[in-house]
Amino acid sequence: MLEILDIYKTFNPGTVNEKCALNGLSLTMDDGDFVTVIGGNGAGKSTLLNAIAGTWLVDEGKILIDGVDVTKLPEHKRAKYLGRVFQDPMTGTAASMGIEENLALAKRRGKSRTLKVGIRKSEREEYKELLKILDLGLEDRLTSKVGLLSGGQRQALTLLMATMQKPKLLLLDEHTAALDPKTAAKVLETTELMVKRNNLTTLMITHNMKDAILHGNRLIMLKDGKIILDIRGEEKKKLTVEDLLHKFEEASGEEFTNDSAILG
Amino acid sequence: MDIMAFIMTFINALPGNVAQGLIWGIMGIGVFITYRILDIADLTVDGSMCTGGAVCIMMMLAGHNPWVALIASVVAGMLTGFVTGILHTLLGIPAILSGILTQIALYSVNLKIMTRANQSISVDKYDLLVSLRYVRDVPLLRNTIFFIAVLIIILIALLYWFFGTELGCSLRATGCNGNMARAQGINTNRNKVLGLMISNGLVALSSALLVQYQGFADVNMGRGAIVIGLAAVIIGEAILGKVFRNFALRLLAVAFGSIIYYLVLQFVIMIGVDTDLLKLFTAAVVAIFLSIPYLKKTYWTKPVRRGGK
Repeated sequence: MLEILDIYKTFNPGTVNEKCALNGLSLTMDDGDFVTVIGGNGAGKSTLLNAIAGTWLVDEGKILIDGVDVTKLPEHKRAKYLGRVFQDPMTGTAASMGIEENLALAKRRGKSRTLKVGIRKSEREEYKELLKILDLGLEDRLTSKVGLLSGGQRQALTLLMATMQKPKLLLLDEHTAALDPKTAAKVLETTELMVKRNNLTTLMITHNMKDAILHGNRLIMLKDGKIILDIRGEEKKKLTVEDLLHKFEEASGEEFTNDSAILG
Repeated sequence: MDIMAFIMTFINALPGNVAQGLIWGIMGIGVFITYRILDIADLTVDGSMCTGGAVCIMMMLAGHNPWVALIASVVAGMLTGFVTGILHTLLGIPAILSGILTQIALYSVNLKIMTRANQSISVDKYDLLVSLRYVRDVPLLRNTIFFIAVLIIILIALLYWFFGTELGCSLRATGCNGNMARAQGINTNRNKVLGLMISNGLVALSSALLVQYQGFADVNMGRGAIVIGLAAVIIGEAILGKVFRNFALRLLAVAFGSIIYYLVLQFVIMIGVDTDLLKLFTAAVVAIFLSIPYLKKTYWTKPVRRGGK
């Protein structure tokens, strides 16, 4: 489903702020894989997701989604294949537009936008049914401005928007990091629900090792722009936080530096 | 001057001011599209506010039909927006600077179109759609206020329809949240260019009508237009924002804002304020209104704790 071949990305090359964020990273994901990504600060987690999403182009290497070479495609063209949820709840939705308008925009992801009416009447019923899945009462607030919703509600809505037009790959960029623990748990629950319901191939970055272990069928750990650990199948099921810390030290020769990842 | 005479003079000047306010209202609606929908302060308008009129007057003097001249003006205005859009999106120049560059370039272009700094057109010799002379004592269908009012209603209906379409919604999303728009597969660069074209098309239409109304075009007629446009947007929102929530009504509020601007201007002139100070006065009013939302947010609300990064 996703093939990343030896990608490199250096920010601010030739300056004192030069930062090699992706350093020959390769990753292949199968159809239906749910991969969780962990790593310390600056390990290249978000950079990896942005490289796939096309926020900028990589310096070297290739990215293929479902066999299509997207390496040179701009962000809005890759959106056809991708569902995305961001860390900041403000990023994934248009605050000054209504819930139904946001959903209607998401429903047309990857299609050309014409002079046909923006939301057809029949769509509203469909949106109501979809919003019921979230169990947040949003189905009765179709025309409310999204700016009035809480962070958790916005993330849940963004999840719905990312998945309603089934993406080839769902990208979750620490999408619960900005939420309080209770809301974060609820959004993760919704995430599982959406992924199972649509049988989605998913790549989820998390700052929380427990979540990384609990969710998905495969776990990768990044350091200095490379994958240093890749755990899957039975081994992943039996994994504990202690194992993971131990493996990290073995693989990198350092102690894990992100406290919140361990404590969280 | 005694109070009755003052009121009579004001009322006498009323139709002219309303007509002028309505014409500038179309320009204000153009500014609303860039400033409020696309979240871009587009300074191209200071140039396109002359380009439209320049094209219109030269075509009419060359004997073209006034409607054809009007359409040509709109196309010329859209071209100016296209240039700013390309400078901003394709060449990566900040939006404000792109607008300033186009505006300065347009000064020369406008001079070339008009062949000199100003041109005049006589209402007696040409079939003008609107004129100073048509604001009173003419049949309703010939009345400038009626003509512009109907035109504004048609324009608002068109814009209301457009911003409700798939494309129009994607344009609103572009201005509201570019990251979200791109993640939903929207080409935000193309939409910005499109928005700038629509906006400047409206500004040029306003300019073409203004030139017919006053009977002349001047290369400096667009100077400070952005401030008047913003004033119309802001006054409209300040007075009618609480009741006019619907998109079409918000556009209508801009036209009202523009009329009120001209009435206040007339009042200020009549009470004897030095006319040299008018631009300063306008800029100060706009600056105060623009700063209110920021001041409210920064100084007058209690800090709210929020989950952050």
